[in-house]
Amino acid sequence: MIELERLTKIYPGSTIPAVDSVSLHVNKGEICILIGSSGCGKTTLMRMINRLEPITSGTIKINGKDLTPMDVIELRRSIGYAIQQIGLFPHMTVFENITVVPKLLGWDKKRMSERVDELLTMINMDPAIYRERYPRELSGGQAQRIGVARAMAANPPVMLMDEPFGAIDPINREVLQDEFLKIQEKLKKTIVFVTHDIHEAVKMGDRIALLDAGNLIQYATPEELLTQPKNQFVKDFVGADRALKRLDLLKVSDAMMKNPVRCSTEDASEKILERMIEKDLHYLLVTAPGSRLVGYVNVDMLRGHKGVVGDVARPMSVTVRPSQNLKDALSKMLTYDIGIVVAVDDDGILQGVLNSKTLVSVVGETYDEHGGHWGKITTGGRIL
Amino acid sequence: MKREQTTSRTGRFWMMVAMLLTFMAGIYSERLGFLQFTMDNPEEIWILFVEHVQLVLISSAISISIGVPMGILLTRGFMRKYRDWILNILGICQTVPSLAVIAIAMTYLGIGKKTAIFALVVYGLLPIIRNSVAGLAGINPVILDAGRGMGMRPAQLLFRVELPNAMYIILTGIRTSTVINVGTAAMSFLVGGGGLGDLIFSGIAMVDAGYMLAGAVPTAALAIFMNWFIGKMEGWIVSDGLVYDR
Repeated sequence: MIELERLTKIYPGSTIPAVDSVSLHVNKGEICILIGSSGCGKTTLMRMINRLEPITSGTIKINGKDLTPMDVIELRRSIGYAIQQIGLFPHMTVFENITVVPKLLGWDKKRMSERVDELLTMINMDPAIYRERYPRELSGGQAQRIGVARAMAANPPVMLMDEPFGAIDPINREVLQDEFLKIQEKLKKTIVFVTHDIHEAVKMGDRIALLDAGNLIQYATPEELLTQPKNQFVKDFVGADRALKRLDLLKVSDAMMKNPVRCSTEDASEKILERMIEKDLHYLLVTAPGSRLVGYVNVDMLRGHKGVVGDVARPMSVTVRPSQNLKDALSKMLTYDIGIVVAVDDDGILQGVLNSKTLVSVVGETYDEHGGHWGKITTGGRIL
Repeated sequence: MKREQTTSRTGRFWMMVAMLLTFMAGIYSERLGFLQFTMDNPEEIWILFVEHVQLVLISSAISISIGVPMGILLTRGFMRKYRDWILNILGICQTVPSLAVIAIAMTYLGIGKKTAIFALVVYGLLPIIRNSVAGLAGINPVILDAGRGMGMRPAQLLFRVELPNAMYIILTGIRTSTVINVGTAAMSFLVGGGGLGDLIFSGIAMVDAGYMLAGAVPTAALAIFMNWFIGKMEGWIVSDGLVYDR
């Protein structure tokens, strides 16, 4: 846990504090996002933690231990540090770059070598190919991955990251963010993460600290920040589309209807057709034994068909996974121009369905205080 | 692949030009009596050549061991204010002709090798200091921040990050300084420092082209060799991660 108590930074020759008496606690294993417009003091605040910026007043504790009397060099070696411009050493290979801190700590060769292979595998880069490469031979995304791996090299419990994905194109940034979140899920580092991108903040953060002119304006979970902005400044900062940003936060599994009606591939077509007409269903999902999704059938396909449903079922053009966020799901629905999307897990097992109505109500939920709870719409699973 | 081919082709062209020139120079020098003189006095030329090389190596070694630390010192935080001043003063000093430097050194140190070496050191210092400063000051501040943030001590940052990254530019300065030195060392004959200047100046005084060339040709060859050799060294020392047009 990191505890900042009334941290203040006044640059020499200036009267206005760059960071003004900021107190905040970062829980162990959480990502704390420092966000704000440029010049708000977020980077300064982060750099005060490993004392790249000397502290004017206030204290920092990590796991209850006051850092003030600690040797700066030792302190920095125990904290991972990744920055926006990456700062890989151009004269060193990937291997040498990653082992900078282990080398400073005096690890032996074998241990360093194993650690590099482990880290490279973790960030999806083949050690055999990349170990001996120089930074100039890497793409931007790869260099950024190495930058993060380097920060993690000595397995520090606390990491400072200053817009570590800032210099990458949006598509690769998404990929890296997802990768990083996966890694974080396993490693559970305590991270202070600086960004100016509210999307990134909402996606990556367990808690977000919004700063303005050196002051901490609001410190809350992303959910809280979007739904209960403390004042007009926060409202303006998170943006008028903050309802849409919640889509980033919510997973398909939060909004999907579980256990949708379906039929089996073995069912006789005539029987199913009868049932569909009776219940006024236009489409019906088809699953194989074990709930594996095969596709769908509609009334036209079944009309006049003799045999089993499995013969005429058509595969779905698109599916989503329950772990995907709603933004991705909505984007797929819009792209394929469909009102319903089916959620399946990695093994193709049917998990649920998501339709545009539930999606809208889920997002609107917290804004419409008078009902509109999405659960009602899907009651009984009669969504089809 | 394509580039290598063109380089080897242009390389071959210049090789032919060089051979042609060498051949012509051979005929010419034969006429001037250079070859005859060389064949008659190989030992004398060799002794002077060794002396010349000694002068160059000793003075360059001293220049490097003073110049690079000076460059490092000038790029440390506390010296940054004075850096431009000191570089300007050194720049003005460099405009003093080498002959004048030798003359001034002689008035204080008298005659002999020491005077010659002193003058050569002074004259060779500026390119090294200037390039060391340029190399170290030109390093991307981001990687310095990264190094500091990872817990490098100032000395570790200097030796593991700053110097390796500035090495190419520093070595270029050393190369310039050394090559200039080879030429300037010929003047040390004037203060009794020996070297190939002996043959050159005597040859000029006696209007004997053969005599003079016996000193001038090895001097030129030494300069070309030093330039090539230090260039090679750059290739060995500088990390492959730093690409420059070699």
